[in-house]
Amino acid sequence: MTESHDSLTPHNNVAKDNRAALQQQVMDAIDTRTPLNICGNNTKSFLGRASQGETLSLAEHRGIIEYDPRELVLTARTGTPLTEIEATLAEAAQMLAFEPPHFGDGATLGGTIACGLSGPRRPYAGAARDAVLGCQIINGRGEHLRFGGQVMKNVAGYDVSRLMVGAFGTLGVLLEVSLKVLPRPAASLTLIQECPQNEAIQRMSHLLSQPVPVDAACYHAGHCYLRIAGSEQAVRHAQKQLGGEPLKDSISFWHSLREHQLHFFLSDKPLYRVVVKPATPALNIAGEWLLDWGGAQRWLASDEPQALIREQVSATGGHVTLLRAGAQADVVFTPLSPAMLHLHQRLKNSFDPHRIFNPDRMYAGL
Amino acid sequence: MHPSTREITQRTPAQESLIKELRALLPVTAVLTDPEDLRPFECDGLSVYRRLPLVVVLPDTIEQVQAIMQLCHKLNIAVVARGTGTGLSGGALPLGDGVLLSLARFKRILNIDPLNAMATVQPGVRNLAISEAAAAHGMYYAPDPSSQIACTIGGNVAENSGGVHCLKYGLTVHNVLMLKIITIEGEFLTIGAETLDAPGYDVLALMSGSEGMLGIIVEVTVKLLARPERAQVVLAAFDDVVKAGEAVGSIIAAGIIPAGLEMMDRLAIQAAEDFAHAGYPRHAEAILLCELDGSNAEVSEHIMTACKLLTECGATEVRTATDEAERQLLWKGRKSAFPAVGRISPDYYCMDGTIPRRQLPHVLKQMSQWSAEYGLPVANVFHAGDGNLHPLILFDANKPGELARTEEFGRRILKLCVEAGGTITGEHGVGMEKIDQMCIQFQSAELSQFHAVKAAFDPLGLLNPGKAVPTLHRCAEFGAMHVHHGELRHPELERF
Repeated sequence: MTESHDSLTPHNNVAKDNRAALQQQVMDAIDTRTPLNICGNNTKSFLGRASQGETLSLAEHRGIIEYDPRELVLTARTGTPLTEIEATLAEAAQMLAFEPPHFGDGATLGGTIACGLSGPRRPYAGAARDAVLGCQIINGRGEHLRFGGQVMKNVAGYDVSRLMVGAFGTLGVLLEVSLKVLPRPAASLTLIQECPQNEAIQRMSHLLSQPVPVDAACYHAGHCYLRIAGSEQAVRHAQKQLGGEPLKDSISFWHSLREHQLHFFLSDKPLYRVVVKPATPALNIAGEWLLDWGGAQRWLASDEPQALIREQVSATGGHVTLLRAGAQADVVFTPLSPAMLHLHQRLKNSFDPHRIFNPDRMYAGL
Repeated sequence: MHPSTREITQRTPAQESLIKELRALLPVTAVLTDPEDLRPFECDGLSVYRRLPLVVVLPDTIEQVQAIMQLCHKLNIAVVARGTGTGLSGGALPLGDGVLLSLARFKRILNIDPLNAMATVQPGVRNLAISEAAAAHGMYYAPDPSSQIACTIGGNVAENSGGVHCLKYGLTVHNVLMLKIITIEGEFLTIGAETLDAPGYDVLALMSGSEGMLGIIVEVTVKLLARPERAQVVLAAFDDVVKAGEAVGSIIAAGIIPAGLEMMDRLAIQAAEDFAHAGYPRHAEAILLCELDGSNAEVSEHIMTACKLLTECGATEVRTATDEAERQLLWKGRKSAFPAVGRISPDYYCMDGTIPRRQLPHVLKQMSQWSAEYGLPVANVFHAGDGNLHPLILFDANKPGELARTEEFGRRILKLCVEAGGTITGEHGVGMEKIDQMCIQFQSAELSQFHAVKAAFDPLGLLNPGKAVPTLHRCAEFGAMHVHHGELRHPELERF
């Protein structure tokens, strides 16, 4: 792969292409029908259903392969730590717009993409899947495949790259991912205002139809937090429009929210991720609530029965994921309809006919 | 060499019985079989491919679509779905022995929900109609393919359509939340959700750009955005295309993401100027149109930076539209570039490759060399922000052999785009047109994986067969099998 003369030097002192060994391990697993548990640095092992099988470690398959800030595209091996990618981007004043949670020091690109994780900026700048331009995988026949590419617009073939995002490694081993990156905003400011939950929901929802440069919005402990970003002038102007008090240590606040390090997340109760339409009024489920994504992603710490929570959320058209339940739960994601589950099984079978990759990690039988 | 129009002479008894059963399912005006009624459906926007379908059906309820699919599935009849037929790759080319399923009667806007920033519409709703309906709330639907006054949202999803604002606002796939589809078996499925994500695999992404191969879209929920406070366009002229390309990189490197960033070369500028009188500098080698949007304050700040950068990059002229009318006029020139080129040449062939932007000088140089070799002029219109290149090859189909030469030239351009690290299609789709070029971009294992995905939805291969993904046999015949590191996959296949 060529690098243009003005590419930055990536921080890839420990870069290593481990593809051949990985492919061999997959081939061996196919021969012996041994399930593989695909891992990076295990920062996300608490997500999804319990993992099983022999470890297939991507941790050493790392390094940024290509990054040219002018193209707004970065390609890296999936074992590359997110911190390395973010540091490289920061040198060119760029960023991963989807603001991924790390959930631990060793978080890798592969784990982030496989789990499809996006942070506070997601409603305003897109999710992990929106940033993915292409990928290379090993499928369950042991074949090395490339989909998508390193350009923004590409409609040749089915969009397999985005299908991999959030598939929890059940469809293939991610080897490389190309991402669209964006410039960091020149200025950013967080405004905080005291208000009841439903008023915050209305306020955040109303702002979706207003031309204001909001790039994160949450409701926590009786306060609505709005992060505005853009040029210096744009931020100053929006501050006047929106009102509220500037928050001093805003970087640390959004970081703690993203990484589940706020006090809220230390609760002993099971933690649920509740995804609803942003304007959905406060749900009548007992527990503590924290609203991110402008009200579209709500965290609930609750001892209420799981079935009741699922029923209430489904009634609003939303869905629920159970995280940090103590022991790893049997039902984690919202169950699929029989027809959708059937389609999922056929898709799984098309990529991984021997069910080698992360079996049952998302849904039993998948 | 192309499938030609044929009159329907004799239908088989099985075909007669299919038509009879369709008539039993649908109102009398919803089943067309007379060749004169079928004619408007013989091609899409790529009219070099034409074929009359066996029968056209025009359902207007989801239940009717389900019944049609159940019948076709039972009788093993292929189905090609179609919106208004503005597609540019022959994706809606009918089959002579198949059903053409028009979604044209699904025209209702079902819900505009500003509080949740979304709209739910039927697939036959025109792209622009969504933004018009959302305008009352100060909102709009972002993807704006140049055919937006005519093209339908169902077709946009099927093709993952782009437009001039993709760099900042994404393609269709980034702006759709939920689909309702009917499978080949006639089953109703909801894909995605009204929420920002949905449980399970991202089937929504898979459906986007799937060219009618995986299911029939019967309802679409899209994301709406707040209309920016202000949009302003800068025009910059250059005496060298390479300088214009470098200016694009400089603007992006300065941290500015323009809402639109378009480049035209001399031939395109002159054709557009003669047609639209947009005030373009006729003697420039290239112009850039750079649109900035956002809050009033931000646009002012970015305009100043952009003008400075453009001048530093050697622009011979830099000016901003003084009012909204001038802004519209500057865009009119760009948006009418295709018909404008159509006036200066009997025919033109529009290509749709995408390349990493830094490869632009190399690709343009090679194309101009081939243009001279083939004796076929090329006008270049380029979505410079996202690397999507639309070379328009000028030719005359009435001159013997010229279409064939044009197509050969076009194929070389697409191969060049792949070699430059890009793709054969940025936004127009593969359809019928670029099916052979898929063999250049993908290896046989990847094509096999695509077929396996297709089979997960449509095991009998009845949805839009023969499009989008070539068979391995076809690639072997095409002789362009991509050989990677000297490994030839499927050595058991014969190659001609």
